[in-house]
Amino acid sequence: MRHVIIGAGPCGVVAAETLRKQDPDSTIILIGNEPIPPYSRMAIPYFLMKDIDEAGTHLRSDDFYDTHNIQYLGHAVENVDTDLKVLTTDDGTEIPYDKLLIAAGSKPLLPPIEGADLPNVHNCWTIEDARQIAERSHSCLEVVLMGAGFIGCIILESLAKMGVNLTVIEMGDRMVPRMLDDKAGGLLEKWCIEKGVNIRTSTRVNSIKEEDDVMIVELDNGETIQACTVISATGVKPNTEFLKGSGIEVDHGIVVNTNMQTNVANVYAAGDVAQGKDFSTGNYEVQAIQPTATDHGRIAALNMAGHLVEHNGSVNMNVLDTLGLISHSFGLWMGVEGGDSVDIYNEEAYKYINLRFGADKEEDVLVGASTLGMTQHIGVIRGLIEGKTHLGVWKSRLMKDPTRLMEAYLSCTQELDNVV
Amino acid sequence: MQKSLHLDPAKCTGCLQCEMACSYEKLGEFNPSRSVIKVFTFHEEGRFAPYTCTQCDEAWCLRACPVDAITMDMSTGAKIVIDDKCVGCKVCTISCPFGTINYVQETGKVAKCDLCGGDPECAKACPTEAITYIDANATGYDRMKAFAEKSLPSANTSA
Repeated sequence: MRHVIIGAGPCGVVAAETLRKQDPDSTIILIGNEPIPPYSRMAIPYFLMKDIDEAGTHLRSDDFYDTHNIQYLGHAVENVDTDLKVLTTDDGTEIPYDKLLIAAGSKPLLPPIEGADLPNVHNCWTIEDARQIAERSHSCLEVVLMGAGFIGCIILESLAKMGVNLTVIEMGDRMVPRMLDDKAGGLLEKWCIEKGVNIRTSTRVNSIKEEDDVMIVELDNGETIQACTVISATGVKPNTEFLKGSGIEVDHGIVVNTNMQTNVANVYAAGDVAQGKDFSTGNYEVQAIQPTATDHGRIAALNMAGHLVEHNGSVNMNVLDTLGLISHSFGLWMGVEGGDSVDIYNEEAYKYINLRFGADKEEDVLVGASTLGMTQHIGVIRGLIEGKTHLGVWKSRLMKDPTRLMEAYLSCTQELDNVV
Repeated sequence: MQKSLHLDPAKCTGCLQCEMACSYEKLGEFNPSRSVIKVFTFHEEGRFAPYTCTQCDEAWCLRACPVDAITMDMSTGAKIVIDDKCVGCKVCTISCPFGTINYVQETGKVAKCDLCGGDPECAKACPTEAITYIDANATGYDRMKAFAEKSLPSANTSA
């Protein structure tokens, strides 16, 4: 059996690892589109801050691929022919497959702004991007960051720590609008401002110009900012262009069933490029988060190896550390119609917790949550959501004090003898 | 025979010796807030429950780690954080559905129970045998673990 995996991010690497365990005699070819060992984008901010060197970003030790007999190629795939079951890389090499996994991830969107394509407007997506930003920002006083979404906020800290004067432009009405509600997003903004970062929400960049090596960023509020580097983090989209003409169905991402199979026989898709099942809604959506990518990768690989394993849906969840303030969101953090919710908001202490419960028969089931300033036992939120745990008497106790989540969890999921 | 921690809430008096022992072993100081075993108090019932990582087979934390910083100790079955590799991204802390791997702001890394290399200090410190380290098969601990795991539908997807 010849397994070929396009994409060497966490999803592709977990898939290769799983396939090797399940199918010891198979050929496994892992294809990344950068000529360096597979690495984690999650680690880029720490690389940028010089917490780790480049090897510290690698997904596995460098001998892993040899010892597991996984062939690794650093080339972009340009074409997939699903009739002949062969793909072509950018150096013209043809690679036949028996089973194909597409785990090609996503790529940054270029915002539709004049000057967004100037050489001094950088994405912070690849190791090469990070190298360039580090070099450029070294002698830099002013940096503009476009986008205060998840990725923007992840790199915000590294940029702030370089000692530059940082201005963040976000078109949404708050920071991380797709992960945090008004209260949490507002509190995060206050925190960043207090730490010396300039934040402009509900603001758009009209244009970027370059004059004498100075970037001039014009905002829609009339303000003009001069900077030596502009970083763009305005969103990502699934990497699917190379599949044109392959017959593989693409909606927002590649359409898959619960076995991570595409509409084409012997072709699977997983991770950020795939439109997988969302645990909370049951809909098929591109989640583009690390835990989902590794879940997908493992389940796709099990199916490729002949085990019929179903993906029950991944809980959408995120964790973010912004200049030391940690935020989380889980599941249906914006709530459901007819479901109760409770929150505690402490502006001075930068603490927030918001719990969302289901409706009707699930009125005592946690369906979503968001937090700010919490780090202990946070995973039980996932446990309670995914377990669809009926909280019983603990629902009303949590409505009075949502911080008692851990006690609720223990009471409802562990056998505590006489403890109700 | 693999051993595991057996936690028996019915025997726990809430004395917190386990938290003291754990933090002393790991940090060289008595600092219960940094202990990776925690005793939870149930005021309504006047009960206590010690709680830490069950070293589950699914190893959600290990699987979620983007930089291979969590490995399995083959002799004890414990999932162990390699501090030198952990970048502090916290993805494991949201992935573990048991909430037993936590981010530590002081170190910028995550921390979890490593079974002290096969000689857990919490069990030795417990005066009432609420925490014991015994043959895995002989304990009700497996039941507790199974109970927690069966509540998670996706736990059934491992082949």
